[in-house]
This record gives sequence, C-alpha cells and structure tokens, in this order.
Amino acid sequence: MERRIILDPGQWIAFMVVAVGAMIMLGPFYFMFVFATHSNTDILSVPPPVWFGGQFVANVQVLLEKLPYFWNNLGVSFYVAIITTALNLFFCSLAGYAFATYEFRFKNLLFMIVMSTLLIPPFLGMIPTTLIMTLFGWMNEPRALYLPMACSALGVFLMRQYISSAIPRELLEAARMDGCGEFATFRHIVLPLTGPAMGTLGLITFITSWNNFMTPLVVMRDMEMYTVPLALRALQGSGQVPWGAICAGSSIAVAPLLVIFILASRRLIEGMTAGALKG
Amino acid sequence: MSAVMERRETPAAAPVKSRRRWLTRKTAPYVFISPFFILFAVFGLFPLLFTIYLSFHYWDPSTGLGGMKWVGFENFTFVLTDDWFHKSLYNTFWIALVSGVPQHLAAIPLAFFLHTRLSRWRNAVVGLYFLPFITSTVAISLVFTSLFSRDYGLINVLLTQMGQWEVAGLRPLGWVFPTENIDWNDPGYTKWVISFVVWWRYVGWNTVLYLSALQTIPKDLYEAASIDGASRRQQFWHITVPLLRPMMFLAITLSIIGNLQLFEEPFILTGGLGPGGTSIGGPDQAGKTAAMHMYATAYIESDFGTASAVAWLLFLIIAMMTWANNKAFKEKS
Repeated sequence: MERRIILDPGQWIAFMVVAVGAMIMLGPFYFMFVFATHSNTDILSVPPPVWFGGQFVANVQVLLEKLPYFWNNLGVSFYVAIITTALNLFFCSLAGYAFATYEFRFKNLLFMIVMSTLLIPPFLGMIPTTLIMTLFGWMNEPRALYLPMACSALGVFLMRQYISSAIPRELLEAARMDGCGEFATFRHIVLPLTGPAMGTLGLITFITSWNNFMTPLVVMRDMEMYTVPLALRALQGSGQVPWGAICAGSSIAVAPLLVIFILASRRLIEGMTAGALKG
Repeated sequence: MSAVMERRETPAAAPVKSRRRWLTRKTAPYVFISPFFILFAVFGLFPLLFTIYLSFHYWDPSTGLGGMKWVGFENFTFVLTDDWFHKSLYNTFWIALVSGVPQHLAAIPLAFFLHTRLSRWRNAVVGLYFLPFITSTVAISLVFTSLFSRDYGLINVLLTQMGQWEVAGLRPLGWVFPTENIDWNDPGYTKWVISFVVWWRYVGWNTVLYLSALQTIPKDLYEAASIDGASRRQQFWHITVPLLRPMMFLAITLSIIGNLQLFEEPFILTGGLGPGGTSIGGPDQAGKTAAMHMYATAYIESDFGTASAVAWLLFLIIAMMTWANNKAFKEKS
C-alpha cells in the first residue's frame, strides 16, 4: 500500500514544530558535547562555538584538578549501580515469581502494599535515610546507597507481569513432579526464561542508580566517596566556573546512559511506563 | 530443562533437597517476597515512622540521640506561620503550574501527531523526546546553567541576535526578543528558567503516556467518523480527547505528585548550596521549593525536628492536591 502523501500547509507547520521541538530536546546534549571539547575562553566568546574543538583532554585535566577523586567517583557510581542492579535482578525476580505463580494467603493485600510504596515521595525519605545510616554507621559506605534500593517495587511488578504471561504453569508442575525443589524450580526453570524482562529491569535499575542524587547527597560526606552527580555538583560554587570542565564531566556522566538508550530505547520506555500504566 | 534432568540423576541432588525441606510450597512464596518487605521495613517504614516522632521534637543531630526535646505541635505551628515556608510553597506551586500545564498542552497534540502522521519514524522521534527523562538531572542542569549564563550564554546570544536583527534601520523582532543580555539569575527570571528545564525534562514522558493511550483507541472509530464526514480536527476533539480522559487523569496526577516535590532541578539551577554552603535557592531565594526548604532546615540549620514537620506538611499538601484533582475529574464526567 505505497501511496504518496501530499501535505497541506497545516501539516507542514506541524512537521516543522515537531522538528524544532526535537532540536530543543537534543540541543543541550549537543552543546554539552561541543563545550566539552573547547577551552573556557572559547566557550565564553561571542558567538560561542557550535562545532567540536580539540580541548577535551585539557578539560578533563582541569576537571581532575578541581575534583582530584573524579576517577574514584566514577568507580563508586559504577560499583553502586552494578551491585544495585544485581541485587534487584535477583530479589525482584524472586518476589515477582512468587506473586505470579503461587497461591497464598494475603497475596493480593501484600501485592497492593508493594505497589503503594511507589507512591511514597522520595523527599520524605531524605531525613530518615540520614538517621538510619548514621545509626548503622554506614555514612560514606556504598552499601548505604545500594541496600535501600536492592528490591524496587517497580521491579517486582515488572517481573510478576512477565512471569505470569511468559511462563506456562504446566512447565512448573512438570518440574515439581520430577522432584525439583521450590528454589531449584525458580533457579533452573524460571530464571533462564526471564531474559527479556531481566534486561529491561537491569537497564532501568542501572540508570536510576546512576542518576540518583538525593541519597548520595545526604549520606556521602567525603569527596572521595562521592558519586558522579555529587562530584559534578561540587564544581558549582565560588570563583571562575570551569564550563569546559563541567561539560566534560557531564558528558562522561551522560555517556553510559546514551549508549544504553541508543541500544534499548523502546524496551526502556515500555518498562518505565509499565508501572505507571498498569499499577 | 536438561539442567534439571541432570540434577535429578546426580547423587548430590538428594542432600540439597533435604537441606531445604523448610522451603515447601506453602512457605516458599513468603520466603521469596520477604526481601522486599524486610528492606522496606528497615529502610522505608521504620525511618518514616521515626520522622513522625521526630516532628514533635526539637533535635540537633550533633547532640546525639539523647538531645531530643519534646515540643508538641510547636514545630508544626512554627512552620505554618513561617514566611520562608510560605515563600517556598508559593515558588513550588508557581513552578508546578508553569512547567506542568505546558507539559500536557504540548504532549497531547504531539502524541496525536506521532500517532496519526508518523509510522516508520515514530519510535525514533519518541526516543528523542524521551531522552531528557533518562539523563542525569544534575549533569543536564549544569549544562543549562551554562546555556543560561548572562554574558556569554548561548540562549542570550540567540535571543539578542534575533532582537538586534536589523532591516532598513528597524528592528522588526525587537518587540518580541530582547536586545540586551538577560540576567537569568535575577529573581524575576529564576522560576521561568527552572520551569523551562522541568518542562523540557518531562514532555517526552507525558507524550509516551498519551501515545500509549492513543494506541488503545480502536481505529474503526476514526474510520466511521471520516465516513460520516468528520474532519481530522473534529475527530481529535470528539473522539480522541474524550477517550484520552482516563490517561489525562493519570498523567496530571503524576505531574502534580512530581512537580510539587521538585528538588534536583531547582537545587542545581540556583547554584546548589551557594558560596559558603549557607544559602539555597538563588538570589532572594526565588528558586527555593518546599523540598529545598526541608533540605535547608535539616542540613544547613541542623534542625531535624522542624525539617520533619516540613516534610510531612508537604506530603499532606501533595495528598490533598491529588485528592482535589481526583474530585475535579470525577465531577466533570
């Protein structure tokens, strides 16, 4: 059914508006990368640069002068994000499996409690987080960041949806007939079949942890233990603002997200909206 | 499957089974969901209840747990009569409205356009608009701070070039665009800048929500309408908009909840903790939201009791606004 579409002026305007909108969406990213490759004097000239320059390495050096622990911060961010992701994949799939395939008392009530925790606004947890981490002596410890987020409600929901639709009950019954224990059934039958949902959940968790700002802000006090967003924030403040270095650091912080997004944007969008749509 | 078969035949399988005898079909689901509930109890519920307790006390954390003093409702009466809290609430509602309403006004037509006009490029365009939503708020807010800076910021350069554009000695665009650099840090502009960045960040998210709702509207409704001679615009107003109502309710609810607790965008855009780490919210605290007020009370003034009261009051306000929105939607239909 190939047919030529002839556009009237109104439709042309609509296309133009959508295209300009897309440029507004992409612009800040583009200029972040461009400014990351220019020196401060270039950026602060009129008109500012609009194409890539050759100062990226110099900017990273300025960044390292201002933030001597930046590579460390990058490591903390990666470490926390990876552990958070691993814990979520395990705990959420286990809980999602229980909600999807077992019949047990209070199942619906318990599931409602899980979903209602999504409504608790994050700012409400800020002061309590400081308190509890001080109490446990976990200030400046990565576990203060990954343990509270080790099993997200959205993850439980996503895994429940996927397991109940993708894994036939007969398969589980057959495994049990063969004498497979409860955990072994999960480990050897269910887990290998949850690949796609695990992928989505893993990426969402990684991104959420990577971008998290509020929790590190109140539990990471030593520069050395800052996560990347926290380190970048520390560049603000008095004196000459090193825009080139800030943009270089921001580019490094955003780059992993862009890679993930380019590889899996559809899956991510579907996974992130699923909780809002069906929950 | 083959893994299971092998396991059953190896002699080692028997002891593994007996070791997990407590894990029966009855107990297993409770064990499997327990990590969520244990983690939530320790890191979610207990601390939340503790802040309720704390909101009735005066407490400076540097005095240790023994330094708490019962003050009854004093924290709440103080916050409710505090001008700074009022101001932060005003800022919060201002930004929520100015960034929130255009989000939906842009997202609904955009979703409709993507749904009806694009097919091959739809996912790519949706992806472009969604990108701001998944990127680091801090990183991107810092970039915006640079773009909005007064003397050399790209946005000022663009705007003033439009404003100074001359045709035959006249400046035809001078009345829309500024002819001189705007100081975006000025209290009069701070909230506009924050609102723009928030709008920029959430338009794509809302578009995706509306797009998914549009995709559930049956195509034959439109076909029937066009056979009856309804124009595209009429179809939009008489089929699409009414059927989008449930999604509008959900998306607006999410916007209310999200916009009333803004923290990261205004925090970074107004310069974080400011010079010396003692001020927050920029000049005249024009960009200080209620969540930032809570943060400042706890972490700058070291008054955790009052900060807890601010947190719970803000929570109540969000709950009330959500409830009011619910009511408004129900009454109209």
